[in-house]
Amino acid sequence: MEKKIITDFENTYKNSSLNDDVRFKKEFLNKFIEKGFPSKKLESWKFSDLNQIINKNIENLIFYNDITKSNKIDESLYLKNLEHNKIVFINGKLEEIKFEHEDNNKIKISKETKIDDNLFKDNALIDLNNAFAIYNYKIHVEDGYNVKKPVVIYHTTNSELNSTNINIQLNFLLGENSSLKLIDTFNDISDKNFINIYYNFILKKDSVLKNFKLDNLINNNIKYSFNNIDQETNSVSETFILSTGSKFFKNEINCNLKGKYSSAFVNGIFSLSENRHHEIKTNINHLIENTKSYQLIKSVLDNSSKAVYQGKIYVDKDAQKTDGYQLSKAILLNENSEFNAKPELEIYADDVKCSHGSASGSLNDNSIFYLRSRGLNYKEAKNLLIKGFLLDVIEKITDEEIKNIIKSTMGLST
Amino acid sequence: MREKELEKLKDYKYGFSTDIENFKAPKGLNEEVIRFISKIKKEPKWLLDWRLKAFERLKVLKEPDWQKPKYPKINYQDLYYYSAPKSFKEKPKSLDELDPKLLETYKKLGIPLQEQKRLNNIAVDAVFDSVSVATTFKDKLTEKGIIFCSISEAVQKHPELVKKYLGTVIPLTDHFFATLNSAVFTDGSFVYIPPNTRCPMELSTYFRINASDTGQFERTLIIADKGSYVSYLEGCTAPMRDENQLHAANVELIALDDAEIKYSTVQNWYPGDEDGKGGIYNFVTKRGLCEGNNSKISWTQVETGSAITWKYPSCILKGDNSIGEFYSIAITNNHQKADTGTKMIHIGKNTKSKIISKGISAGKSDMTYRGLVDIFKKAKNSNNYTQCDSLLMGNKCGAHTIPYIKNKNSDSTIAHEATTSKISEEQLYYCQQRGLNSEEAVSLIVNGFCKEVLQQLPMEFAVEAQKLVGISLEGSVG
Repeated sequence: MEKKIITDFENTYKNSSLNDDVRFKKEFLNKFIEKGFPSKKLESWKFSDLNQIINKNIENLIFYNDITKSNKIDESLYLKNLEHNKIVFINGKLEEIKFEHEDNNKIKISKETKIDDNLFKDNALIDLNNAFAIYNYKIHVEDGYNVKKPVVIYHTTNSELNSTNINIQLNFLLGENSSLKLIDTFNDISDKNFINIYYNFILKKDSVLKNFKLDNLINNNIKYSFNNIDQETNSVSETFILSTGSKFFKNEINCNLKGKYSSAFVNGIFSLSENRHHEIKTNINHLIENTKSYQLIKSVLDNSSKAVYQGKIYVDKDAQKTDGYQLSKAILLNENSEFNAKPELEIYADDVKCSHGSASGSLNDNSIFYLRSRGLNYKEAKNLLIKGFLLDVIEKITDEEIKNIIKSTMGLST
Repeated sequence: MREKELEKLKDYKYGFSTDIENFKAPKGLNEEVIRFISKIKKEPKWLLDWRLKAFERLKVLKEPDWQKPKYPKINYQDLYYYSAPKSFKEKPKSLDELDPKLLETYKKLGIPLQEQKRLNNIAVDAVFDSVSVATTFKDKLTEKGIIFCSISEAVQKHPELVKKYLGTVIPLTDHFFATLNSAVFTDGSFVYIPPNTRCPMELSTYFRINASDTGQFERTLIIADKGSYVSYLEGCTAPMRDENQLHAANVELIALDDAEIKYSTVQNWYPGDEDGKGGIYNFVTKRGLCEGNNSKISWTQVETGSAITWKYPSCILKGDNSIGEFYSIAITNNHQKADTGTKMIHIGKNTKSKIISKGISAGKSDMTYRGLVDIFKKAKNSNNYTQCDSLLMGNKCGAHTIPYIKNKNSDSTIAHEATTSKISEEQLYYCQQRGLNSEEAVSLIVNGFCKEVLQQLPMEFAVEAQKLVGISLEGSVG
């Protein structure tokens, strides 16, 4: 692999004029080569051996990405019934970025080739991203501006893409008292690619971020997404993850609650079937007093699928009066399905309220019996119970419009 | 100076050392030392070979380093692997021949070794440094066919049992400390309960590390044959020394069909002084195998001592309908560190496990609960319930919970709950209002917090443990 990745790296930057930056990127490449794809030897990849998954699913992974080639945007993919701003990636290339509903003086978009340093030293995939993501897009929402309509990021791939690694990097800066709603959707016609996404959010005082990640269409790509969220005083972040379609998807949320009264919410749904293997890993760092975090993850696992939840709440010694909560529940529908959890608490302050709970099992026989005694057949009863189980998470979404869209995409609307 | 010593002793009343002449193996870890240990114990060849095989394996194994409490590297060549009171070169035939100093030591510790003191119905096997010094109540047990003796004696008298079961639960190659133990273990207890026998009394082992620079590596093997029952207690103390001492024991439990083993530990090794100097490194491997159907193994532990406690008493639930239980109280104060928990491996059908863990950290200590619940594909209708609560006292200590939960079976249910909090102002206020001082109030609340686990201990131990909980937390309020 080593030789190949170096040639691909050189080809990618062959015609570029960014000498200094390439050198910088090369350092990241070397770091990645040194570490390689993470395997289960690493504690954070214990339940999902990415190295093995990539080797098994993708022969000869290509790192070279031709960004000179433009792709036509298929507008039929756009979300209907929702007025929104668009960021469109096709095969890893940004084709469109349009804030048509907004005051363009209030949102600044810049494109840089320089890459910020990797703060997550152990994370080889961010090194890989830094090496191959040619542009680092920065979106800055000015102080006091509430982005009116949601921003939808379309991650699309078409059939031309095969056995390729794509790296996407976006930075968001939310100024004081601003707000942003961000929806990630995935449309993949391609097969067997490795898509590596890195978002970095900085939330200034009193800002609000809502991020919805919707991976609902069945595809055979392997995906990794890392969100780093730095939060200042009184800011709120809400992340919703719907993990269904991809062959493998690991969503990682790293949240630093740096300012007093800041809070973070992570809600997630795994609804898996057919050999899907998905993971959510969260790392909520309470670094100062009076911060709050809440996590709710529910899984429904069918047909030899596997879900993993690794959630960690870290409470620094300065983070008195922390309120941290974490709950993960799983229903295993098939005897070949598997649920692994590692809910972790690491606490160095005494005046805190932290708890976690985890439960997994099959559908409750009594509930099924109750419904059947009222005239539903087994299948209806089962579906109703699953629907209720998952709606619990969706109801946590604080944006009505988006909540309804998610409900309808999942077929849960009433 | 003397006063200072006495002052120290008040905190840890088992901190005295016994001035007794010792007979030691040469320092260091090598093949000669292993041969030396084996020879002095007059072991058969198969056991020596077994030890040497472990030693071979040890050469390639690396010391694990994933644990939370880090410690300075141990120089394994700078330890004595065998130490015995000199008068033991020839094993005494009866208690009367025992060195009176030894008897006095155990008297100080409150262990009834002498015949006349055998009022409470507990059979004791006392292990001093590396060797077992005395086993009490032998006759009464022999009557029932129960074998309770030191493991060296068992090797001589019941080699077939030892050979059959030794290393079946903790294999030679398991991990660094277990393998080290397999290579150099010196003594320990051996229990065999014949079929359909209920052991009429509590069996107990008392461990004492006396000599300095000594590692204690004992090995306990308990076999409960079909339909039998045994309750086993273990207590430990050590003198106060400035250097850290290593204790790496292996405990293997085997429960056959319908058998039940209850294993309780009150661990009170010397925890080091207030500044974290000295104390025991307690790196113990404990594992129980529910081999037969309907068998049950239950671990209860009260961990108050040791500078570092690093152990996970585990249950392998292999037989159908077998049950594993784990009840734990771990208390850390001053600079103590603990990384403890359990593993429940569900292999058989309809297996059940229950984990109740209570952690209390005070002072500058650090406590971690680490546990694994693994339900295999074939373990239909299995069930696990885990509850781990932590209590923090003061803002210089840490409490962590790291559970690993794996469910590969759709008919099985796992429930896990964990909370971390401090003693609430309301509770303290309520107690103080009724005339308790703050220390008494804390002790009362903590005892309430631990009640679920304390209840699992045999009566005599429960009272002791309750006191211990109070003592361990002395001075941590304020």
